[in-house]
Amino acid sequence: MSLAPVFVGSLARRRVATLFSFAAVVLGVALGMGVHAVHEAALSEFGRGLRAMAGEADLQVVGPRAGFDEGLYALLAARPEVAEASPVVEVDAKLVGKEETLQVLGLDPLALARVTPALLARPAAMPEGSAGPDRFAVLAEDRIFLSAAAQTALGVKTSDRLRLQVGTQDLTLLVAGDLPGVSEQRRLAVMDIAAVQQHFARLGRLTRIDLRLAEAVPPEAAQAQLQALLPAGVLVEAPQATEDQAANLSRAYRVNLTLLAAMALLTGGFLVFSAQALSVVRRHTEFAFLRAIGLSRRSLFAWLVTEGALVGLAGGLVGVALGHGLAWGLLTVLGGDLGAGYFSGLQPQLQFQPGVTALYVLLGVLAGAAGAWLPAREAARVSPAQALKAGNEVALLGGHGHPGLGATLLAASLAACWIPPVNGIPLGGYLAIACLLAGGLMVLPAAAAGIAWLLPQRGPVPARLAAARLGAAPGHAVVAAAGVLTSVALASAMAIMVASFRDSVDQWLGQVLPADLYLRAGPAQISGYLDADMQARISAVPGVGRVSFTRHEGLRLAPGQAPVALIARPVSPDGSELPLVGTVQPGGSEPAIWISEAMQDLYGWRPGQRVDLPLAGRPVPVHVAGVWRDYSRQTGAVMINLAAYRRLTGDPVANDAAVTLAQGALANRVAEALTATGDPGALTIAYPGEIRAISLRIFDRTFAVTYLLEAVAVLIGLAGVAASFAALAAARRPEFGMLRHLGLTRRQIGWMLAQEGALAAGVGVLGGLLAGGAIGLVLIEVVNRQSFHWSMDLHVPVGSLSLFASGLVALAALAAVLAGRQAMRQDAVLAVREDW
Amino acid sequence: MLDIENLSRSFNGRAVLRGISLRLKPGEYVAITGESGVGKSTLLNLIAGLDRPDSGRLALDGTDYADLNEDALTRLRRDRLGFVFQAFHILPHLSLLQNVALPLWLKGRQGAAADRPAQQLLEAVGLGDRAGSWPRELSGGEMQRVAIARALVHGPRLVLADEPTGNLDPANGAKVLTLLGERIRGAGAIGILVTHSREAAAGADRVLRLTSEGLIG
Repeated sequence: MSLAPVFVGSLARRRVATLFSFAAVVLGVALGMGVHAVHEAALSEFGRGLRAMAGEADLQVVGPRAGFDEGLYALLAARPEVAEASPVVEVDAKLVGKEETLQVLGLDPLALARVTPALLARPAAMPEGSAGPDRFAVLAEDRIFLSAAAQTALGVKTSDRLRLQVGTQDLTLLVAGDLPGVSEQRRLAVMDIAAVQQHFARLGRLTRIDLRLAEAVPPEAAQAQLQALLPAGVLVEAPQATEDQAANLSRAYRVNLTLLAAMALLTGGFLVFSAQALSVVRRHTEFAFLRAIGLSRRSLFAWLVTEGALVGLAGGLVGVALGHGLAWGLLTVLGGDLGAGYFSGLQPQLQFQPGVTALYVLLGVLAGAAGAWLPAREAARVSPAQALKAGNEVALLGGHGHPGLGATLLAASLAACWIPPVNGIPLGGYLAIACLLAGGLMVLPAAAAGIAWLLPQRGPVPARLAAARLGAAPGHAVVAAAGVLTSVALASAMAIMVASFRDSVDQWLGQVLPADLYLRAGPAQISGYLDADMQARISAVPGVGRVSFTRHEGLRLAPGQAPVALIARPVSPDGSELPLVGTVQPGGSEPAIWISEAMQDLYGWRPGQRVDLPLAGRPVPVHVAGVWRDYSRQTGAVMINLAAYRRLTGDPVANDAAVTLAQGALANRVAEALTATGDPGALTIAYPGEIRAISLRIFDRTFAVTYLLEAVAVLIGLAGVAASFAALAAARRPEFGMLRHLGLTRRQIGWMLAQEGALAAGVGVLGGLLAGGAIGLVLIEVVNRQSFHWSMDLHVPVGSLSLFASGLVALAALAAVLAGRQAMRQDAVLAVREDW
Repeated sequence: MLDIENLSRSFNGRAVLRGISLRLKPGEYVAITGESGVGKSTLLNLIAGLDRPDSGRLALDGTDYADLNEDALTRLRRDRLGFVFQAFHILPHLSLLQNVALPLWLKGRQGAAADRPAQQLLEAVGLGDRAGSWPRELSGGEMQRVAIARALVHGPRLVLADEPTGNLDPANGAKVLTLLGERIRGAGAIGILVTHSREAAAGADRVLRLTSEGLIG
């Protein structure tokens, strides 16, 4: 029989509850779809750019940032496995007077055409009167070719001059043409390889060799054979590796953001649960009649789940549309990495992916169906005779829950924390969070009954009635408070995690920025650097007490892994000035290194261990002395004493300097004098306070989306309380009428509703805070550790959480009263009459 | 004493009640019958202080209450009226003892001061050994007995019963009516039973019939 009007029609009859559930699903789907669309667009653009640059290359030889011996080019080009080889020197060049950089590729145009033709430069006609384009411009040492995006971003065009910084000096180049094969969104420059080697102090060095293999040579075999010929720190990789590394790097951040979006969807699911649970109670006589005339339990269950699924479907369809709009907005405001900095400089284009879109619609359906599942099951289990009995609403509201199952889930969450990450994703952590939430909800009715038992048995009548209702019908607390518990748990967990993280970052900044001034010639590993002469001049500036120079390098330790940062700076033998974690293991004769926490997770290095570090093209045995906390890099960092580094590599250059002032010296005067030691705009000075402020601003921006999702989740939870109480109040009009007959005033009934709302929300808030505390610990100790490879110290924002909790309870009480106001009208008194 | 003088009430220009007068003494138990739509519920609402007459006088033990404000009417119901409904309206989340004690809670009584009279009334209606039970464990007849106990626990002067046997089978209905009449008379209260059923009305001391011309009987 077609019962669609009976079941689906009820959705229209309870418009408010349906609307709240629909809105929650829309929000959850929209946020998840938006985050996914943004990141996919960014990754796609990033990958497209990489693939264009890789061109026909089957393999790529990569090494440290400073490059490797160019003699390897001839060695590899002569190999029978290799058909063509194209040498590359890649430099991130700093623009004079700006913090912006430009990726400059030094290429051999003759070799380039056979391997990566997309990077071929197109000379333009010079305005000096030449008849046509200068075909030899690609070989000129003072000519540079910019992609369209680079020209637009830098505000230059063909025949303009472009000033780049090398060391602390200016380098002026003529823009001689463009790169027609490079995608419109990619900022890139190309020069002759010898010119780049000359100008950027890379003589005799290459940073990459692109290889096209001979026909029928399997890439894996060639990779192994060629790798054996290469020195330490120089690796053979597939071009896909870089794209994979970027995807891996950003994956954890993406997954965490998507998980946050899932919070809204989860809360939406709980709103569906609340609405369906109440609806089932109100319609229990209707279901009893249908069962009595022949509707099976299974059909009743299926129809009720379908109601939830329909809300989810509608929410999913609207959600994906809104999600694409949101993605467009996020790309415009925050960029392709949503503020995290993984894909800076890209201008991704939004793409519609039908498969993924359909998946998110399905998620909406699942959220709705899942929310309706439990009430549907309970409704199908009740016998018609029992359902027709008056006074049985208490049993229909779920009784005392499943405390045993809840306790089991809570215990399982602890076990899940020990599960190692899968492909860098902390699945065990997410499973623990799911178990904590589900377990918390399962024990909620028992907790509500326990709290009711503790309440005083005497006192004003409204309070006694509210407490009696909580104790006798704790399932009601679940219905009203499920959404509150979920949203409070997740919001408070995030608040604890973010507060802990921010506090730890703040303290860490205090430890890693002990000097009075910081000076640099450009961001790490960029074309700006401090040569020996500049270092001497800096040290001689009046007012400078002590200078600690730092050299930054990038090392390749393993194929498929992103480069590891090498930081060479003065470090004491016990590393006491570093933000150490754990114990120090003093070593023997080998140089000591200090590794970041990520090195432990990614490479398995441990204090006391002896490892080989690829320096100057050879493996150098070093001793791991200790572990330090590094919030700047997820891919790992190794710190070594500068003197040891220089002794091992002969590299005299530095990238930045930490300046401690002499007694009585004025910071601003010394800063001016330091800046004057280089060309105008070549050196930048920063004060620790400024660096700290900028860093925390970046931190807050990174979590901006998180804060937004938290607020959404809490609002949805609160809306759920209001919707639940509105539905309950409507169902309780005869009860209110009877109480009015007995002599309760409208105000007393209002107080009763307020206290019921406060109790239900209070139970939800208390459960949410407890679950949230546990989830916060999981986020800190498991999710963050496995996703980003850093630890943090626990910091619970007690004040703000207390304020949040009490405010939420007050709002819930208000929502309950406002929702029940309709039910307290005069004619509600007459609702006790059967024939009214 | 319940004094009703020339009570009138109209809705949308249509006169539902016109010139209703009635005087009842304590211990008197009357039934009001009439056809559907004749105004029985309207009359009951006026007597209960849930509605205001267009004209006329209502007084209980000398207190005129036709013109009292809402708070005063609420206090009146709390202190001096008791109700028995067709649908019982027993609170599912209170035990039987608590349901019966509820009117005493409203009058500020706590603990034994409320529980003892409630227990006594439960015993009087034959449910004394089930004080701790929940409404869902009761039959319809038992629930109506709880409702009768609740209606009388605070010593009301006037008890209003609106179709109290409407949801009960004839056997249980008869028992409930007998109990209701006994308890009302025993308490010295005034009882008004509104019903369609002649059999139900037969248990009252007097049967009044409400017609468009007024109360007859």
